[in-house]
Amino acid sequence: MQPENPVNSLRLFGGFARGSLKLISRGNRAYVLWLGFLAVLIASGVLAYLNQLRIGLGVTAMRDQVSWGFYIGNFTFLVGVAAAAVVLVIPAYIYNWKPIREIVIYGELLAISAILMCLLFVMVDIGRPDRFWHLIPLVGYLNFPRSVLAWDVLVLNLYFVVNFLVATHILYREFHGRHYIKSLVVPLVLLSVPMAVGIHTVTAFLYNGLAARPYWNSSILAPQFLASAFCSGPAILLVVMQLLRRFTRFEIQDQAIRKIAELMAYAMFLNLFLHGAEAFKEFYSNTQHLLYTRYWYWGLGSHHTLVPFAWTAVALNLLAFCLFIVPKARHNWILLNIGCLATYAGVYIEKGMGLIIPGLTPDTLGEIYEYYPTITELRVAAGIFAFGFLVFTLMLKVAVPISLGEFRRKEGAPSLAEAELVSTGD
Amino acid sequence: MDTEKTAQPSRRMFAKAAATAATGWILTACGPKRLYEVPKERLRTQVKALERKYRARYGKNVTVSDTGPIPGVEFAYALDISRCIGCRRCVYACVAENNQSRDPQIQWIRVMQMDKDKGVDFSHSTPYYNPAEVPEEGHFYVPVGCQHCENPPCTKVCPTGATWTEKDGIVVIDYDWCIGCRYCMAACPYGARHFNWAEPTIPSGELNPATHYLGNRPRMKGVVEKCTFCIQRARAGRYPACVEVCPVGARKFGNLLDKDSEIRYIIEHKRVLVLKEELNTVPRFFYFYAT
Repeated sequence: MQPENPVNSLRLFGGFARGSLKLISRGNRAYVLWLGFLAVLIASGVLAYLNQLRIGLGVTAMRDQVSWGFYIGNFTFLVGVAAAAVVLVIPAYIYNWKPIREIVIYGELLAISAILMCLLFVMVDIGRPDRFWHLIPLVGYLNFPRSVLAWDVLVLNLYFVVNFLVATHILYREFHGRHYIKSLVVPLVLLSVPMAVGIHTVTAFLYNGLAARPYWNSSILAPQFLASAFCSGPAILLVVMQLLRRFTRFEIQDQAIRKIAELMAYAMFLNLFLHGAEAFKEFYSNTQHLLYTRYWYWGLGSHHTLVPFAWTAVALNLLAFCLFIVPKARHNWILLNIGCLATYAGVYIEKGMGLIIPGLTPDTLGEIYEYYPTITELRVAAGIFAFGFLVFTLMLKVAVPISLGEFRRKEGAPSLAEAELVSTGD
Repeated sequence: MDTEKTAQPSRRMFAKAAATAATGWILTACGPKRLYEVPKERLRTQVKALERKYRARYGKNVTVSDTGPIPGVEFAYALDISRCIGCRRCVYACVAENNQSRDPQIQWIRVMQMDKDKGVDFSHSTPYYNPAEVPEEGHFYVPVGCQHCENPPCTKVCPTGATWTEKDGIVVIDYDWCIGCRYCMAACPYGARHFNWAEPTIPSGELNPATHYLGNRPRMKGVVEKCTFCIQRARAGRYPACVEVCPVGARKFGNLLDKDSEIRYIIEHKRVLVLKEELNTVPRFFYFYAT
């Protein structure tokens, strides 16, 4: 076999692409319904966004007082999800712990989808998406290293490339029945570990560095971001793992799932502890900076739109912690899944709305503008999530049969490489 | 591999040439660069094109100045809190002079009504006071706009370098380069920056035709704007509109580098303060108590 020959490589890839297309275009009823559901959400999101493009960001609830809202909240949350793939990568590659190793690739696919959603959330938030190229170095001008946003642009894109390379390389090699190239994958995976920490730290610094906003200007922000990310990312993966186990021949050991749940309990403890430390500092010192924390948990005067969300998040996080820390509870599948949902929802509230809105309310001149997302914002956000899930679903549809050895290059026809399905997945 | 190399030299050369051409095209053809780097001649053609565009849209003889900073001048502002009566004439003079959108409304100056027993405390202030007559008993007023900081947090965070400090101390925005991410608005401790949440509208009759490229030329949807010390006036040796209109003479403006200027006299002889001093933004906008 001469894969170095470009013509041959191209042919091999053509076979892979055709096979993949065949795979994703076939599926049972649940699969078709799921794709249809996502398509409807995406269409609704696109329509809402087109309207926003035409009229302006005034169709959102954002105003000069609260100049970032739901979009940037979702962005922040999803950077955490993307970073969390690292939780699985560390034990898998550094300690060579087999049960987790098989599912690392799915963590990476999740990271890819999450980063795509992050980039889309930024795109829909900026006032002039037509000028996006201004950010590209050389063509435009990237204010690096002064602007933390410039750092974020760089690390997010790099993280995307690294994960994309590793995941596609491993899968593509497996498709050809060959082991991945160790000298390529291992350094990239080792690089992706500090990078995952990096993307979330840089995103935290984005807010952290603004002295104008005391709610964000606290050094606990970056560690707290990481702690909550290590809860929410695995929460999604655990649910995906169980779905895969049920609907495909893919085998995931119970101990892998339970180990991840245990890791989540520690991360959640750290998250709650850091929240507690911040709350103590704010309430005990009782300075004017307490206003923002008070707005989130108790409201200010007659303004308490967000208070129910704040306490729901606290309750959900506590519940998740209790369910994951008790071995008996996390060994019960129903309780485990309740824990996952609670984690996901709890972190989603606290990292999205709970981070952005109180950071901007009251505004720098003391005005309280109560932000609550409009239908447009909800529709656009739902569309972006649907797109992310669509990408994730399609990638799984190809990746799972490859891992199972069901989707392989046809033997004896190396140059034509017509893909063959050993047996259908469903 | 070696046979490959000798067999297809033309293909390789073609690929190289195509790549070079594509890069060159992108670098030159991607429209105007940010103003900071635009050569003088190109800026002039850009400005002329803008004038034609605005004249066509507003049916008026609009001029767009590209006057640069004057050597030896650094502007500063001072506002006498003890004189301000909270009449908001400065707000509306600013809107008219600087072509701020009428619908949706944008105002670069916010006049904050403060409680006398609380002092200068934004958490006990409101811009929405509306009595029959000002000043009101028990209150005083602090108008706030861009503080033109020497250490501006807003320019530091801009990912595209679309906002910067000019040599005369004025913090400006290139409306054609801003991508509307609003990071500068999150970074500004004074709420000075405003976003065009929809297409700004100004009736042709109300448009001020004497504009500056970095100042009061008509803006577009999706970009950030703010006070420029009336750059179109200041660089032509005139006072900003808010200084001229103030009925009680609370607003002072001048050259910080000129030892005999009024602004230097105030800083050296009056009780002066800056807003949110602890943030180390070092404003060029001073507040003082003259009486």
